[in-house]
Amino acid sequence: MMDLLFALLIWGGATVVAIRIANSPFYTALWAKLAVPALLGVSILVLWEGIVRGFGVSPVILPPPSAIASQFAQSIPILWGDFVQTFVKGALSGYIIGCGAAFVIAILIDRSPFLREGLMPVGNFLAAMPIIGTAPILVMWFGFDWQSKAAVVVLMVFFPMLVNTVQGLAETTAMQRDLMKTYSASYMQTLIKLRLPAAMPFVFNGLKISTTLALIGAIVAEFFGSPIRGMGFRISTEVGALNLDMVWAEIAVAALAGSAFYGIVAVIEKGVTFWHPSQRG
Amino acid sequence: MAHAVRLPSARIFVEQSGGRFMRKLLAVLTVLAVIIVGWYGAAVALNAKWVRDQATRAGVEVSFNALVADTMQQERPVLPAPHQVVQELWKTTVQKKITSKRSLVFHAWITLSATLAGFIIGTVAGILLAVGIVHNRAMDMSVMPWAIASQTIPILAIAPMIIVVLNSIGVQGLLPKAFISAYLSFFPVVVGMVKGLRAPDAMQLDLMKTYSASKGAIFWKLRLPSSMPYFFASMKIAIAAALVGAIVAELPAGAIRGLGARMLTGSYYGQTIQIWSALFMAALLAACLVGIVGMLQRLTLRKMGMAS
Amino acid sequence: MRQETIIKADQLDLTFQTNDGPVHALKDVSLEIDKGDFVSFIGPSGCGKTTFLRVMAGLENPTGGTISVNGMTPDEARQNRAYGYVFQAAGLYPWRTIGGNIKLPLEIMGFDKAEQQKRVAKVLELVDLVGFDKKFPWQLSGGMQQRASIARALAFDADILLMDEPFGALDEIVRDHLNEQLLALWARTEKTIGFVTHSIPEAVYLSTKIVVMSPRPGRITDVIESTLPKERPLDIRDTPEFLEIAHRVREGLRAGHAYD
Repeated sequence: MMDLLFALLIWGGATVVAIRIANSPFYTALWAKLAVPALLGVSILVLWEGIVRGFGVSPVILPPPSAIASQFAQSIPILWGDFVQTFVKGALSGYIIGCGAAFVIAILIDRSPFLREGLMPVGNFLAAMPIIGTAPILVMWFGFDWQSKAAVVVLMVFFPMLVNTVQGLAETTAMQRDLMKTYSASYMQTLIKLRLPAAMPFVFNGLKISTTLALIGAIVAEFFGSPIRGMGFRISTEVGALNLDMVWAEIAVAALAGSAFYGIVAVIEKGVTFWHPSQRG
Repeated sequence: MAHAVRLPSARIFVEQSGGRFMRKLLAVLTVLAVIIVGWYGAAVALNAKWVRDQATRAGVEVSFNALVADTMQQERPVLPAPHQVVQELWKTTVQKKITSKRSLVFHAWITLSATLAGFIIGTVAGILLAVGIVHNRAMDMSVMPWAIASQTIPILAIAPMIIVVLNSIGVQGLLPKAFISAYLSFFPVVVGMVKGLRAPDAMQLDLMKTYSASKGAIFWKLRLPSSMPYFFASMKIAIAAALVGAIVAELPAGAIRGLGARMLTGSYYGQTIQIWSALFMAALLAACLVGIVGMLQRLTLRKMGMAS
Repeated sequence: MRQETIIKADQLDLTFQTNDGPVHALKDVSLEIDKGDFVSFIGPSGCGKTTFLRVMAGLENPTGGTISVNGMTPDEARQNRAYGYVFQAAGLYPWRTIGGNIKLPLEIMGFDKAEQQKRVAKVLELVDLVGFDKKFPWQLSGGMQQRASIARALAFDADILLMDEPFGALDEIVRDHLNEQLLALWARTEKTIGFVTHSIPEAVYLSTKIVVMSPRPGRITDVIESTLPKERPLDIRDTPEFLEIAHRVREGLRAGHAYD
């Protein structure tokens, strides 16, 4: 019971400190902006640990963070192998192929108003569909290895990326287009010098949405069959064996990979669209 | 200013004119026709190998016509032809009693009930948290970064664990699935509602201050109405996410009911037509759900004078 | 001495199809603009002044009548880099520096790199923006942005400058200053300028010729040749001569029922 009491004390203390900081004059400072969410995160971990120990919660229901951390440290080679299989081979290759294809096709269909009008409603419709459901089919077609995962990812990221890019390419104003016309600019010149730069905020919006979708697609597709490695495979088998600390370690990897992937794309976005009001800050 | 006056009216004319609408419809139908034709072509190409293998084994020649005909009616095709999927859908919806375990309506209802329960729980919780975040700086600073970060994390990965753990403590059936759906729809609603409740600009808030309006009055008369467009936008994302959550929650071994389970058993036994029909049912469900939210959005916003 | 006519519009007609039936944006518009003229088009909203400018630039096609620019159609003239166009908003690309924005037409028209640099430096000096070429548009004031957009229109040495209410979005003080600078620029470069405005003092102060237009249908109701000297300090606006011309413009607008 001491553990629980101790945890509750720390949690209460951290909450009080967080509220103090939030209501102090320093609340706009960077350190405060980092410290307050960090306090919440740490105090939740402590509370979690305290509750599990204090009430003696069985590790097959909820393992304590300490057990997850030690499992993580012990299993780094396995986790790394799963990460390479699922993220690098499955998610990343599918992401590049899917986003690249959507980008190119968006530019192509943008040339024809007929195609654009026909494809956009279909694309919008498909972007809202549970495309993850194609996973069993694609696993049948492309086998258990990463190729089928990449195929699922391609389908998942394709439509959001297509819709965003086409919308971005339509983002120029009549005045900007008139200006290019007064220079007698060709289609390619207008595309490269005006429409692509203007579309970049939308393109990156699509790229950012797709990072999460790619990881979800690659992990969930492994539930339908995979070789004996991969994050989704590990999660489903370790859940079956009730090794929940390993499952949580794998989830931690997924969370880290997901936020890092998103973060990298966001940094590139900041570099490319530095001029956009949302980035000037 | 002359052209600025002219252009909008000209655009309205073009958009409203029937000719434009017909052209759009024609374009969509053309694209759909191309997709269906391409699908048939792919079905022939992908399923032909099996037919040829059978023929070689039996030692007979197949004519091209027979080959094409055969690719359209296999029991376990690599890619079922569209009409096979439609037939299966017809057979498993209209021709089966909806209480039967073979009825797709039955399975869809299982998934739909979990989706709706989860969506409602997630949305209500999301709105409450958003209200807290907007009115309390400590909550804003501590919770908001996590809510945003959580959108970059593949939350769906924990679905199997939640199902199994809840199962082991005796919680079964609808609730675990609804829990996952709720979890998935929660964060889009939080982020969207916080944005929406903060949508009023400084001038509008200052105006309320000149009336000495209470926090409650500002909330009901300014913040909540201004948040509606954001609310509906995030609800559309949330309902789609809730459906995906419910389907994925049906994947862990043991589930025998629901669209996700249909896909999984289909993939175990190579019943491709069953997978495709479950997939189409899911798509139909998603379209209806998003469509209903969209309709509510139009009705509400029109009533509020925010959309025409 | 009669100068060379470079823009010649003859009985132009332009009708837009809209929801509320056809709108007669230009009706029977005839006008000649000589080389070196500074021509203002003035009138209320809907009188077709912007449409007329856009027809000269080949951005709209007339439904009747003829127009020639340097003896060519507007489309051909455009391909010969006959004019620079300045819009009401500066419309600088936010992802390009001021220098990069001025280079935009030069890149499109295929000038080599060294020539681009030389021309950017030259026009920046013309509009008094030396030292700002590395700045981004959003780091500059509205007046400076509009000067940069004028520099962009000047960069490729077009004979004609078409300006569509270029200072309409700016405040009066900045506007006075830019008007003065524009006159100086006109004197130095001897360009032909077409200038759309709905400010009577601005039109009188700047122009050698004032074209008064009226709406429904858009048409020319009066063409006033300015008697003011070419050298025009700001306080010329207080002289009886100036007020006399301004009065005539106002009369012209009234005659065209522009105030209805």
